Amino acid sequence: MLKDEVRRIEEETLQNLKAVTSLEELQELKVKVLGKKGTFTALLRQMGKLSAEERPVFGQIVNEARDRLEKAWAEQAACLEEAALLKQLESERLDITLPGYSFPRGHQHPLTRVIEEIETIFLGMGFQIVEGPEIETDYYNFEALNLPKDHPAREMQDSFYITEEILLRTQTSPVQIRTMEKLCPQLPVKIIAPGKVYRNDDDATHSPMFHQVEGLVVDRGICMSDLKGTLLNFSRQMFGPAREIRLRPSFFPFTEPSAEVDVSCMLCGGEGCRICKNSGWIEILGSGMVHPRVLEMGGYDPREVSGFAFGMGVERIAMLKYGIDDMRLLFENDMRFLQQF
Amino acid sequence: MKVSLEWLKQLVEIKEKAEDLAETLTRGGIEVGSVENLDKGLEKVVVGEIKELSKHPDADKLWICQVSLGTEMVTIVCGAQNLRIGDKVPVARDGACLPNGMAIKTAPLRGVVSEGMLCSAGELLLDDSLGDPRSEGGILILAPEAPAGQDLAAFLGLQDSVLDLELYPNRPDCLAMVNVAREVSFLSGEKLNLPEWADLEKKPPLPLAQSPAVVIDEPELCWRYAGLIVEDVKIAPSPQWMQRRLRAAGVRPISNIVDITNYCMLELGQPLHAFDHDKISGSIHVRRAYAGEKMLTLDGVERELEPEMLLIADEQQPLALAGVMGGLDSEITEATKRIFIEAAHFAGYSIRRTSRKLGLRSEASNRFEKGVNPYGVVATLNRVCELVVEMGVGRPLALADETRFLPPLLKLDLSAEHTSRLFGVEVTKDEVCRVLDKLAFPYQEKGEDLQVEIPSYRSDLQIEVDLIEEVARSIGYDKIPTTLPRGAQTQGSRTPEQEFRAQLRRVLIRAGLDEVLTYAFIHPESNREWGSLTQTVTIINPLREDLKVMRTSLISGLLDVAARNIARRNTDLSIFEIGNVYLASEQPLVNLPQESPRVAGIAIGKSKRHWLSPVISYDFYYMKGIVDEIAREFGLAFSYEVPPVQDLLHPGRSANIFLQQVPVGYIGEIHPAKGKTRGLERAVIFELDLVQILDNLGTGKRIQSIPKFPAVSRDFAVVVPTETSAAAVMAKIRLLGGKLLQQTDIFDVYTGKPIPDDRKSLAFTLRYQSLERTLTDEEVNSLNAQILLGIQQEFAAEWRK
Ligand SMILES: [Zn+2]
Repeated sequence: MLKDEVRRIEEETLQNLKAVTSLEELQELKVKVLGKKGTFTALLRQMGKLSAEERPVFGQIVNEARDRLEKAWAEQAACLEEAALLKQLESERLDITLPGYSFPRGHQHPLTRVIEEIETIFLGMGFQIVEGPEIETDYYNFEALNLPKDHPAREMQDSFYITEEILLRTQTSPVQIRTMEKLCPQLPVKIIAPGKVYRNDDDATHSPMFHQVEGLVVDRGICMSDLKGTLLNFSRQMFGPAREIRLRPSFFPFTEPSAEVDVSCMLCGGEGCRICKNSGWIEILGSGMVHPRVLEMGGYDPREVSGFAFGMGVERIAMLKYGIDDMRLLFENDMRFLQQF
Repeated sequence: MKVSLEWLKQLVEIKEKAEDLAETLTRGGIEVGSVENLDKGLEKVVVGEIKELSKHPDADKLWICQVSLGTEMVTIVCGAQNLRIGDKVPVARDGACLPNGMAIKTAPLRGVVSEGMLCSAGELLLDDSLGDPRSEGGILILAPEAPAGQDLAAFLGLQDSVLDLELYPNRPDCLAMVNVAREVSFLSGEKLNLPEWADLEKKPPLPLAQSPAVVIDEPELCWRYAGLIVEDVKIAPSPQWMQRRLRAAGVRPISNIVDITNYCMLELGQPLHAFDHDKISGSIHVRRAYAGEKMLTLDGVERELEPEMLLIADEQQPLALAGVMGGLDSEITEATKRIFIEAAHFAGYSIRRTSRKLGLRSEASNRFEKGVNPYGVVATLNRVCELVVEMGVGRPLALADETRFLPPLLKLDLSAEHTSRLFGVEVTKDEVCRVLDKLAFPYQEKGEDLQVEIPSYRSDLQIEVDLIEEVARSIGYDKIPTTLPRGAQTQGSRTPEQEFRAQLRRVLIRAGLDEVLTYAFIHPESNREWGSLTQTVTIINPLREDLKVMRTSLISGLLDVAARNIARRNTDLSIFEIGNVYLASEQPLVNLPQESPRVAGIAIGKSKRHWLSPVISYDFYYMKGIVDEIAREFGLAFSYEVPPVQDLLHPGRSANIFLQQVPVGYIGEIHPAKGKTRGLERAVIFELDLVQILDNLGTGKRIQSIPKFPAVSRDFAVVVPTETSAAAVMAKIRLLGGKLLQQTDIFDVYTGKPIPDDRKSLAFTLRYQSLERTLTDEEVNSLNAQILLGIQQEFAAEWRK
């Protein structure tokens, strides 16, 4: 009976399908059964032998069987495809712990990094960044800053001299005078001046060349509370929002009153530790109200305007920020040190 | 200034502990550097009396001492050889931890148990002069009256603390105990207990001296010169209390006269000097040294004097270098009968120069340098006079006082309104008055202002704002609020040059170079090599000879960094520095030198090995790539030329760099001969002048609209003689390509087989494009063929198919 033959082929094929392990085998089997010369196709050809009444019935049986086979095929194909994909994924697994492609990248020196950071903070507060010569006249470095020749306070700074009248600047403060001379009578004057300075000194906490950032604000009605507010703002941006500052009376020839500025220790938060010598405070800069004579030297009338000035050591700030305890490391330029930044 | 708390307490009430007082002073602007407790480490050290001495049975050099500690006896083994029975000595008992860090334990020494240790002055960090002369080199032998069993610190008066004041140069007044006491009273609010002698109006009750006459020849350098004559002088040690205080202040006791002069200097700030009166012949002159004059100073050195040095001289010879050091001839000795004690004002700068020149610094010269108060000269002699009598040193006879100038005493107006305006917080007139009361400055109302009389000892108070600072110190800087400047808003800004330098730094870091910072002063030889000798700026007083000149090139600093790193086995590096060079326009320097910003780099070795990324050798082309990167970033068109032969750079691997025909720098491999001597073989360097570059930013960059028509590319390779430069071939290609040739790049350079030894292969890719139309293949092929032909003709090139 042809009908039985259909069932036999279907069952045999379904059986064979289960054993198929690859898409290629699956295709082969399909050709073998449903192809032009396939066993199933051969059965259909025998339909001619059937009577007119039998044909539609048989046709239906064949079609149904073929549909079931096609469906089984599709299922098996999907199954095999999924397995193949899984296999591909498995075979393409990478060691994701290996480092990625190495793009070259250099390192910025910690001092220029700190200077840029300081600049950014003051730019945000509306300060202009100005610079002045590193080789200065005695006039700008000392005299115009209320340090006449033979003033004992000159002793505080051991200078490198080029001639009797020309020296390596010992501080960035001469930029105060140069700026006022240039801008006068314009108001307000609001500048910071970063740069190299030089003193004849060399040990773990002093370097013969180091960096300072000077600040100067001159306007009508500038008072000490403005100095305090500006430096508090700076300290919080530089060292963290929880920082407090305190001012201590001090002496600089070009400011009066003068103040040393301490910031609450960024390491212990004021509890006391090795870095702050258990005081909870760290001295970070010198400051004060611009001395009336210095305003005069800059061309301004101290009865009309007032100002404040400050100066900070960049090395000291970098040392605090990065926990460096020997200043000489900053100028040795050992790659093992520099490449940590 | 070292301040004994015990001494200070005699002049001002102090309720605080030493550490708290130090904090009060520091917060008030008188910085206390340290607080030293003089009895530190002496906690278990007591006075002992040697009762018996016997030789150790098993050790030749050791003694077994039976020592009485008053109520008990202890056995101590000791190696010192200077002991006698009955000596009073310091005994460190079991558990003591001496000032020098030594811990004392009861322990057997060669079989005999030693219950502690007898101490030398050195072990206790005490001065030898405390004890008997026999103490030298052995155990400290105390005065016979020392009571056995008493704490050593108590016996020596060391239960005291010393505050070390780090004074700013504007407060020389605090080099005197009385003024420190005033400052303590001002800042702590405690009561001042100054004795009568602290009044600067005081004069010794003595007639004016007939001789010696005092003549001030240099009134500019000496405003006042006074002297006290004392006769029947008996030189002896000074009393213990005085010695103790001197030691606490860091001054070594010597003899009653010298100690009195030092003691009074510490009390009132006025340096004093005692001469043997009988060695003075005729009148005293305060004059400058004569040219070629010589003098034998106290330390036994014969010194060549210079005319700028101020002298105290009699009619025959110099007696002293004013304010710096006495002469040996007029020194007081055991035999001295009459003395002349000098108190004077000398100009600080003159004393400073002399003491610098001769390398002599002392407590006295230090005070003169910072400025002594000419109003206190005679009052100090009055105090000397008192002590001389009190201590029975001699009989004060007469006073000399020659005054040529006294600075006028100031009266300053102080306004509460000015004070408020400067602080940014309201300060009332009453508050200001209270501050003046604490300072004990006399004042009167003058309208809304106060007129304040400034005492002679506060020469730092010159203008109103100086007084305002006193108000601030008193009310405390903490009372000042925090505000931000009001007034016109300003825009923060960098100059174009600053922006440029910051951007350049970023470019180089992004390209993989590490930034370094080197000293701007270098070895003079380095400028000869890499920079300019004629433009060198030289430092008169360098830190070291190898840091004597300002750099005229950044290269030598970078070479030093590279060499140092290689010595430390950091063998691969690629670094740069941005900084100024300093160029003098004349010698010797009259005008400020030109400070010119530059960038320079050095690379040696190769990039780090990485499992994936290729290793880059730091060679000429690497460095040129860095310079190209700068050019790209800033829109510059650098051109390169083979430099004239020189011995710094490899002649075949270096180039001068030009921008708009102007030389701006150079690049190259360091000359092999040079590299070898410094261990920097194959290092490559570059240096560029940033001023020139800044002036030409963007000149090499042409922005073009994006073409609508497609581009066509053609590649070809040609074999040319080795010495033919790629740039020359490229230039010819561009010339021949005309407007339609949009871009030309070299994509390969090859030498080796099958190319003959003296030739190299250059491969180019050419991109043709028209802005107006689509190019046909025939058009492009024909143009490309023309170019190829042109090159073949021009360079004896061969088309490599
Ligand atoms: Zn801390």
